[in-house]
Parts: sequence; C-alpha cells; structure tokens
Amino acid sequence: MACKCGDNGKSKELKEILTKYTNDKSNLIQILNEVQEKYGYIPEFAQKEISEYLNIPMAEIYGVITFYARFTLKPKGKYNVAVCLGTACFVKGSEKILERLKQKLGIDVGETTSDGKFSIEATRCIGACGLAPVFTVNGEVYGKATPELLDKVIDEYMKKED
Amino acid sequence: MKTLEEIRKIREEKRKELDLRVNLKANTREKHILVCHGTGCTSSKSPKIIEKFRKIIEEKNIQNVRVVQTGCFGLCAKGPIVIIRPEDTFYAMVKPEDCEEIINTHILEGKIVERLLCKDIDNSVVQRLDELNFYKKQKRIALKNCGIIDPENIDEYIAFDGYKALEKVLFEMTPDEVINEVTESGLRGRGGAGFPTGKKWYFTKIAEGDQKYVVCNADEGDPGAFMDRSILEGDPHCVIEAMMIAGYSIGANKGYIYVRAEYPIAVHRFQTAINQAKEYGILGKKIFGTDFDFDLEVRLGAGAFVCGEETALLESIEGRSGRPRIKPPFPANVGLWGKPTLINNVETYANITKIILNGAKWYSSIGTEKSKGTKVFALGGNVVNVGLVEVPMGTTLREIVFDIGGGIPDGHEFKAAQTGGPSGGCIPAEHLDTPIDYESLAQIGSMMGSRWINCNG
Repeated sequence: MACKCGDNGKSKELKEILTKYTNDKSNLIQILNEVQEKYGYIPEFAQKEISEYLNIPMAEIYGVITFYARFTLKPKGKYNVAVCLGTACFVKGSEKILERLKQKLGIDVGETTSDGKFSIEATRCIGACGLAPVFTVNGEVYGKATPELLDKVIDEYMKKED
Repeated sequence: MKTLEEIRKIREEKRKELDLRVNLKANTREKHILVCHGTGCTSSKSPKIIEKFRKIIEEKNIQNVRVVQTGCFGLCAKGPIVIIRPEDTFYAMVKPEDCEEIINTHILEGKIVERLLCKDIDNSVVQRLDELNFYKKQKRIALKNCGIIDPENIDEYIAFDGYKALEKVLFEMTPDEVINEVTESGLRGRGGAGFPTGKKWYFTKIAEGDQKYVVCNADEGDPGAFMDRSILEGDPHCVIEAMMIAGYSIGANKGYIYVRAEYPIAVHRFQTAINQAKEYGILGKKIFGTDFDFDLEVRLGAGAFVCGEETALLESIEGRSGRPRIKPPFPANVGLWGKPTLINNVETYANITKIILNGAKWYSSIGTEKSKGTKVFALGGNVVNVGLVEVPMGTTLREIVFDIGGGIPDGHEFKAAQTGGPSGGCIPAEHLDTPIDYESLAQIGSMMGSRWINCNG
C-alpha cells in the first residue's frame, strides 16, 4: 500500500533508509534513529511505512517512539538547541543557561518557535563533561557555557538567513 | 582480504614506522603531530586544528611531518591538546590560529613555542607529557593505545600488537584455557558491579544453546562518565578483538555492541573499525584460515537511561522498549532472543587483549587483593585537572583528586567527592585516604558504579 501523504520526495527518502535494513523486527530502533535524524521527528507516514515494512503494529511503534527520549512526534526547529542537564553540567550551572534560552526564545523545552527556526531540548549527558556546562546547536558543542555565550551564539543563528 | 602472513607483515613494518610515537629516543627526522580528536577536544575545535596543520604543511611542502588524529589524551581541562613526537612536546589549549606558529617555530626552526606550554599543578611550566603530574601516577592498560594511534586506521592498531591476542587464542589456546586465563587474571566487570569476568564467560560457555551471542554494553548513561566513550573513540579495535576472543571462548559467532546515539563520534569510529576489520577478513568467515567465524553489528540506543541495565539493553537490541526483564534467568542462560548471551562492559573488554598477551600473572600483580588491574575514572566537577585517568586499583582518592587532579581550583578546601554516579555516595574529606577498589568503596557507603569521580569544593 502506497503512502497517501502526497509528499513523494519525503517518501522516497524514507524508502532509501528502509532499503538499508532487512525486515527483521529488531531493526526498528535503528530505522527510527535514522528517520529522526532525517526529518527531525518521526512523521506519521513514516510510522505507517515502517509498520508495514517490519510487520509491527502501529501501536507498538508508537510505544517505542514514546519510550525513548530521542524520538519525537513533533517537528523540531531548523536549529535545535539542546542544553545538557546531566549532573556534571547541572552542578556547573546549566539550569541558568536553559532559563535564559527559554526566556530568549519565548518557548519551553520540547517546543518550537512559531517561525520554525528554533526548538529547545533538555538533553541527557552528552559526555563532554570536561567542558561543562555545555549546550549544542544541531550537534555542534559549545563548552564552558555562560548565559552570555548563549546570547552570542543564538544571536548569530538568528541572523542567519533561511 | 589479508592473509595472516600479510597481517603479520603489516604489524612488523608499521611498528617500525610508528616507533617514534612510543620511543621518545627514536633516531628519526620524522615528526608526528598528534592532535586529540576525542569528544572534549573535538568540541573545542580540534578538527579545525588538524585541517589547518595539514593545509600549512601542504602549502609549505614540508616533508617528514605527519598530522595524526588520535583518541583522548585524558587531560581534557587543557584541551585541545597537540603533542609532537618523538620529542613529546605538550601544547595545551591550542587554537587553529596557533598552527602556523607551531609549524614555523617548532617544526621548521626546532624551537619550542613557549607560550603554548602548560602550567602544571605546582605552577611549573611543563614541556613534555611525561613531566606532567597528571600522568605520573597513572598506569594505562585499558587506555594503552588512546592518544597514540589513529583510531580510524586499522594498520596503526595492528602495529601495536593489534589482533595478536586473537591470533594467539585461535592457534595456541583452547576456549577453556582462555577462560582460565581471564579467571586467573582476577578481572572484574568494569560496568560497576565487579562480577568476576572469567566466571561470567564460563557460565555462558556451559549454558546450553545452539546459538550464543556476545554483547558489549556501551550504553554509558550515567552523567559525568565518559571512559567507555573515550575507549570507543580512541581504540575501537581493541574492543572488537576482545569480543572475538570472548566469542571463541564461549562458542558464539555473532556479537552486538549497543552504543548510545548521543555518542556520534564513538558510533562512527566503531563502525569504521568494523568495516576495516571486515575488509581485512579479520571479521567474517574462517578467520585467519581457522574454523572460527565471527560477525559484529552496532545497535544504537535512543536516549533511555535504563538501557544500561543488561536485560533492558537486550530488549532494546531486539527492537523493543527497553524494559528490564526479571532475573533469574540471567542472560548467560536466557539472553538475546532467549539464547545464552555474554554481556560485558567496554572497559572490561579493553583489558582482555592485554591479559591474553601478557598473562594472568602479570595482570593480577597489579591492584589490590580482591580488585586486580587498573581502573579508568572520569574525573570531573570542581577539580583542576578535569579529565580521564587510569590508575592501579588501590590508588587512594587523595592521590586521584590531588596528585593527579591537582585539587580544588582557587585553593578551595576539598569538601567531598561523589563516586559511582547518581546511585553512588559522597565521600567526605576524612575518607580521602581510602584505597579505591570495589570493596573499600562499598565499605564507606559508596560504590564503583559508573566510575566517575565528581569533586566538590
């Protein structure tokens, strides 16, 4: 059964991901990781196609998506800003950085700005504890962070054209 | 595909070529510029430093100089770190704009760039890595190759006795002999609980099953802990080799490594290492011409802390939500897809090849009565030398925090150190002289656990 989302480009991208894997059920999390990476979330059409490909009920896939913190059902912003709240970063003041970020963007953790440009994530330890506190923008790490550094970095991304 | 002969030849030739990495008296005109490419230094722009060095060397057409990306040197607080061998010059907090000066002054004029040298904890200026107090009390076994080889180059791993332990096991030892050696070494699970590794191997070997699996737990979820990550990033092949040795011993031909998706560099390096090992025919069928087959696959986590628990991890590898199973039965009997499964932590595996090559006696001569060998710790929080350290079991907390770690910044007083991650305990100053091993940490109410030491001052 073909996908009825009407977006063949996206569906083609998904097919490319699926062809890398056999239809062994244990590939589910690998596939979801790639889909999350590609689209910034797990779109419903992707859930349907994965469900058919691996022969796993949609409900079970939904269960897996909501179990793991990395998977989201809503699109993330073009720039996903993740503040590490692992213990090492937390004791070095990452909460202040998160507060400043929320204030600056006017959104909460897990939300995306109305222009789709930024989203905020509170992440688990990323292992860069030597540089604590850290935040990342689309995976790029900014270490020894302060609210001032955050301001500077976010302002730079705000200036970037779409 | 390479034959065993060809691999032996690579080992011999490459070892000569790379001698200057470990032999500081090497008589050579060559210089290797080692740039740390671990997570800490990568986050502070070390890839740009590598790029810049390569560009300058090419532009100036400089011969006999090689730029090498290595794993973590350990002293993350001073990163990005650049080391030039064979003279062992240690440059700290290097920026891409410093590269030109390093090339001009150090490489071309043969003079040290004084301003990039780092100050030790006693305020003396240090020129060489081995002069730093940070390294003096350390003993590197699990981290032996980290910071010395390029983790994305299998030949460099082979040069430093890589896949030699596998060769020894396949041709000179029976599975029982391997298990005995591991048992006698006294190695205990580095994931934190300290279960005797040899025993675990034995239980999985005697378990009945037509199919068995070897699993590596690289779901290093406890915040503050980054030693497994550093091993995977700095020396991925040593984990592959150990998993193969484990497979041979327990009778398994398939392995999985479960890595957190939050560790993209580690995932990339490990996958690269698997691909290279397959290309060489080291992983695959009829390894080194024997009847032993072994295949290895990477499985990614997806941000669930609980998946570090072994049965939850197995659920996740099978593609489900990572909910722990009820034990017993233990994975040694009923593991992946219900089959007998051996699960060890990354650091545990990282000790195996050294035990096979140097013998159980050698390994058990290091450490304390009940905790043998060394232990890698992630040293973090309020301490001068934040980083990765490997010390013999039995080293005291005071030695780790003060002699290696340099104490609390700005001369503040030490209040407590938390070990074992969130589930461990806070150790106050009165217990600073406790020798660190599994038993003594438990005795004072903390634990080895996830093996990070978080200092508070």
